[in-house]
Amino acid sequence: MSKNVLVIEDEPNIIEAIGFILSRDGWRVATHSNGEDAVEAVRSRMPDLVILDVMLPGRSGYDILRDLRGAEATAGLPVLMLTARGQNRDREMAEAAGASRFMTKPFSNSEVLAAVNQLIGA
Amino acid sequence: MASLNLLLSVSLVYVALLFLVAFAAERAALRGRVGWLRSPMVYTLSLSIYCTAWTFYGAVGYAARSGLEYLTIYVGPSLAMIGWLWAVRKMVRIGRSQKITSVADLISSRYGKSTRLAVFVTIMAVVGTTPYIALQLQSVTLSFAAFAAMDPKATLPGGSSTALWVAAGLAFFTVLFGTRNLDANERHHGVVMAIAVEAVVKLCALVAVGVFVVWGLGGGLSETLARIDASPIGRWEMVNGRWAGLIFLSAAAFLCLPRMFQVLVVENEDERHLQTATWAFPAYLMVMSLFVVPIAVMGLDLLPEGSNPDLFVLTLPLHDGRTGLAMLSFIGGFSSATSMVIVASIALSTMVSNHIVMPIWLRVTGGGAVVSGDVRHVVMLARRVSIVGVVLLGYIYYRVSGGGEALAAIGLISFSGVAQFLPALAGGIFWRGATRNGAMTGLIVGSALWTWCLFLPGFGDGVVIPVHVLESGPFGLVWLRPEALFGIEGIDPLVHGALWSLFFNTVCFVTVSLMGFPTPVERLQGAQFVNVYQYSESPGRGTAGPVQTEDLLMMSQRILGPAQAQALFLREAQAQGLAGYLPDPTPGFLQALERELAGSVGAATAHAMVGQLTGGAVVSVEDLMAVADETAQIMEYSSQLEAKSQELSRTARQLRAANDKLTQLSLQKDAFLSQISHELRTPMTSIRAFSEILRDADGLSSAQRLKYSSIIHDEAVRLTRLLDDLLDLSVLENGQINLNLTEGRLSSLIDHAISATGGAADRLRIRRNRVAESLLLTTDRDRLGQVFINLIANAAKYCDAERPELAIHVRQRGGTLIVDFIDNGTGIETDQQAVIFEKFARIGEQKAGGAGLGLAICREIMQRLGGTIGYLPGQGGAAFRVTLPLARAMAAQ
Repeated sequence: MSKNVLVIEDEPNIIEAIGFILSRDGWRVATHSNGEDAVEAVRSRMPDLVILDVMLPGRSGYDILRDLRGAEATAGLPVLMLTARGQNRDREMAEAAGASRFMTKPFSNSEVLAAVNQLIGA
Repeated sequence: MASLNLLLSVSLVYVALLFLVAFAAERAALRGRVGWLRSPMVYTLSLSIYCTAWTFYGAVGYAARSGLEYLTIYVGPSLAMIGWLWAVRKMVRIGRSQKITSVADLISSRYGKSTRLAVFVTIMAVVGTTPYIALQLQSVTLSFAAFAAMDPKATLPGGSSTALWVAAGLAFFTVLFGTRNLDANERHHGVVMAIAVEAVVKLCALVAVGVFVVWGLGGGLSETLARIDASPIGRWEMVNGRWAGLIFLSAAAFLCLPRMFQVLVVENEDERHLQTATWAFPAYLMVMSLFVVPIAVMGLDLLPEGSNPDLFVLTLPLHDGRTGLAMLSFIGGFSSATSMVIVASIALSTMVSNHIVMPIWLRVTGGGAVVSGDVRHVVMLARRVSIVGVVLLGYIYYRVSGGGEALAAIGLISFSGVAQFLPALAGGIFWRGATRNGAMTGLIVGSALWTWCLFLPGFGDGVVIPVHVLESGPFGLVWLRPEALFGIEGIDPLVHGALWSLFFNTVCFVTVSLMGFPTPVERLQGAQFVNVYQYSESPGRGTAGPVQTEDLLMMSQRILGPAQAQALFLREAQAQGLAGYLPDPTPGFLQALERELAGSVGAATAHAMVGQLTGGAVVSVEDLMAVADETAQIMEYSSQLEAKSQELSRTARQLRAANDKLTQLSLQKDAFLSQISHELRTPMTSIRAFSEILRDADGLSSAQRLKYSSIIHDEAVRLTRLLDDLLDLSVLENGQINLNLTEGRLSSLIDHAISATGGAADRLRIRRNRVAESLLLTTDRDRLGQVFINLIANAAKYCDAERPELAIHVRQRGGTLIVDFIDNGTGIETDQQAVIFEKFARIGEQKAGGAGLGLAICREIMQRLGGTIGYLPGQGGAAFRVTLPLARAMAAQ
C-alpha cells in the first residue's frame, strides 16, 4: 500500500530533498508550491498526509491550515508543519491553527520520516 | 513748709503706681481676665481725659476772668453725650465694625481710603494738638514752680528743664504701654486703666480742694454762697452768641479731638458702655465744675493781687499751709496733664505712623505687604518714634511760645481747629452723597480760614501776622482782616473765626459733594458707614449659637468636601467633650476653621465667610477687595494650570508618538530577527537534508550525487552572501565604515559595475551616454560601484520584458549629479515602491536568490556618501534614481 503525501513548500531545493527522502520510504509524493490555491490542491488530491510550510508565496501556512481544519473533509487530516522561524510564538500559532505536528527547519531526515510515519499510524 | 523733695518723691511714687496699674492691667488682659477692665465705669472714667490740666487749673482761672462762661466747656460735651448719643453710638459702631484706628482713619476710610485726606487730617490734628500738649507741660511746670516758690531751701531748676523731664517721662510711659502690641483694634488696656485711675485722682483732688475752700476757708456753704453773690463772677452774664458758639465748639471738639476719639471709639470695648457713659460722664463733669466758682472767688478774695488765677487750685491750700492737700492738688493737676498727653500722643502717633510714616516707608522700600514680619517691626518703630516726636513737638512749642497767656488762649483755638473735621465726619456717617472731593475741599477751606482767623493771630498781636494786617487786612484788602472777614465787625474773634471757618467748610463740603459723584469704593464705604446698623446686627460680642455652627458646617462642606468638613467638626466636638458634629463656636475653633478654609479659598475669603456666618464681623470693602484679589490669583493659577495641562497633553502626545515609534521599532526588530532566522534556516535546511542524503542513502547515481552536492554548494554560497550582506548592512547602519575617497571617471565606474555583475548583465541591453558619463568625481568609488552593481543586477534579475533593456542616464542639475537606471519591464507597483528599500523586502518569487537586503544596503551607502537613492515612478519600467552632491563629485568638464 502506498502512502500519499502532499508537500506544500516553495523552496525548490527543500521540495527536492523531502521528495527524495519520502519516495525512498515508499511514499507517493505530490508537491505544490503556491499558497493561494493550496487548499484546493489538498481537496482535489485528498492525500493521507500534508507537509505544510508556513511561509508561502501568496498565503500563510496558518491560514491554509485553518481552512483545512474548518472543512469537514480535511478536519482530521494529519498535517506536519514546517517553519524556518524558530520562535516559540510560531509553535504556539501552529498549535492554535491545528497542526498535528510542528517541526523547525533545518530538520534531520530521519526525524521527518519518523514523524510522517507516526502521523499516519503506520 | 512744703518740701520740694517730698513733692518729687510723691510724684515719683505716684508715677510708679501708674506704671504698676498699667502693667497689672496689661497682664490681666494678656491672661484673658478682662472682665473688670471692660467695665462701663472704666470706659466713662477714661473719657475724662477731656478734662485736662487746662480744665483742672484753667477752669478756675477762666471763671476768675470770665465768670460762668467756663461752664460752656462742660455743657458742650454733656449735651453731645446726651443729645448726640445716636451719633456717638453710630461712630462707635462704625469704629468697631470697620476696625477704625483714629479719626483720620475714619474719615479716610469713609471717603474711599483716601491717603491724602488721612494725611491732611493727621497734619491738622498734630497742629491742633501740639499747643495743647505744650499747655499740659506748662501747667505741670507752673504748678511745680508754685511749690518751689514756697520752699526756700530748694533751688528751683529752670522751668524748661522741668518740662523736659516731664515730657521725657511721658514719652517713656506712652512708648512702654502705648506700643506694647499691635492689636488690630488698637486697644491699650494698661493705658486705659491708668488714665481711669488718674481720672479718679483728679476728681478727688479737685473735690478735696473744693471742700477745703468751702468749709475750711469759706466757713460753710451759706457764707461761701454769699461771697459768690458779692463777687462779679457769680453774675449770670450770658453773652448769647459766644456761649452758644463755645458750647457748640466744645461739643464738636468732644467728638473730633484725636484723644477723645481714641478713648470714645477706639478703646471702646462694648457699645453698651455708652449707656452708662451717657449719664456718668456728664455727672463727672458736673462734679468737676462744682467747686470752680467757690475756688475762684476765694482765690480772688484771699490771695494777693496779681496772683495767677490759673493756679488758685494749688496756691489756695499752699497759702493756708495745707501742704498735704496742695500735694494732692498737684497730683490731680499732674494726672490731668499726663493722661491727656499720653492718650493724645498715642492717638497722634497712630495717625502719623499709619498715614504718613508707613506709606512713605512702603513707597521707599517698595516692599508692599510681602514682608509682613518686617512691616510689623517697622510699624512698632514708627509708633514709638511718632510718640516721642509728638511729645517733643509739644515741648518745642512750649519752649518757643515761652508759655504764658498766649498758650492759655490756645485751648479754644485748638478746639475750633479740630472742629473742622466735624462736617466731613458727620456727613460721612449720615449722608451717602458725601464725596471725597467735598470732604477735602471743605477741610482745606475750613482749615485755611481757621489758620488765618484764629491760629496765626493766636500767637499774639504782631507775632506772626503783623499788626497792620490785623487792622487793615493783607495788601490793604480790608475785607480779609483776620478778625473781621467781609467787613463784619463786632463779633467775638473766637466765634468769628469758628463761625466763618465752619460755615465755609460745610458749604464747600456740601456743594462739592453735590456736584460730583462718589467713586465705587466711596459708594461701598458710604453704604457701610451710613447703614452701619444693617451691616452689623449684633451690638455686643455675642457668641454664635448651634444654628450658626450648622451654617458653618454647611459652608465648610461646600468648600472642603463633606468627609473632610465632618471630620473636622467631629474632631472639634470631641475635643470640646460634645457628642455629634456641632462643636461650640469658640474663638479657637473659628480660627482653626478659618485656617482650614483659607487653605482652599484664601485667607481673606475664609475670614469674610466665617465672619459673615458668626456675625462677629462685617465684610468690609477691604475684605471684598482681598476676595477679588484672591479670585484673580486663583483664576491666574487656574489659567496657569490650564497652560500646564496643555503642556502635559502635548508632552503626552509626544510620548505617545515616541512610544508608537518604539513599538514600531520593536516590531520591526522582531520581524527582522524572524526574517534573518528564515533566511538562514532555509539554505541550511537544504544543506542538511542533502548532506544527510549523501551520507545515508545507498545507491545514488553519480548524476544525483553531483546534483545534490551542487545544491549544497549553492546554498552554502547563498548563506555566505547573506551573512556578508548582513554584516555590510550592520556596519553601514552603525556608521562604522570609513569612506575611501578616490578620484575617477563615472564612465569607468559604470563599466566596472556592469562587468562585476558577471553573466547576469548579459541578458540586458544596456544603453549609455558616454559623453555625459565622462566626468571626474571624488567619492568612495567601491561603495558607489556597489550601488550600481546592485541596480544593474536587479534589472537583470527582475526585468520581465521580452527583450530586457536598461538605460543609464547621467545628468547634472544644480550642484547635483543624477544617475537614473530605467529598465523596460513592468516596474514596481505603487504600493510596493515605498517598501522595496526596507530590509528583506523582496517582492515576487524569490528564485532570484537574493536575501532582500540589496536595496537596503544601497540606501545606507547613498546616505553615507551624502546622496540619495529612490524609486522613480512613471518611467514605463522599474526606474531608480541615484543622486550625489557634486561638491564632492567635482566635475571635470
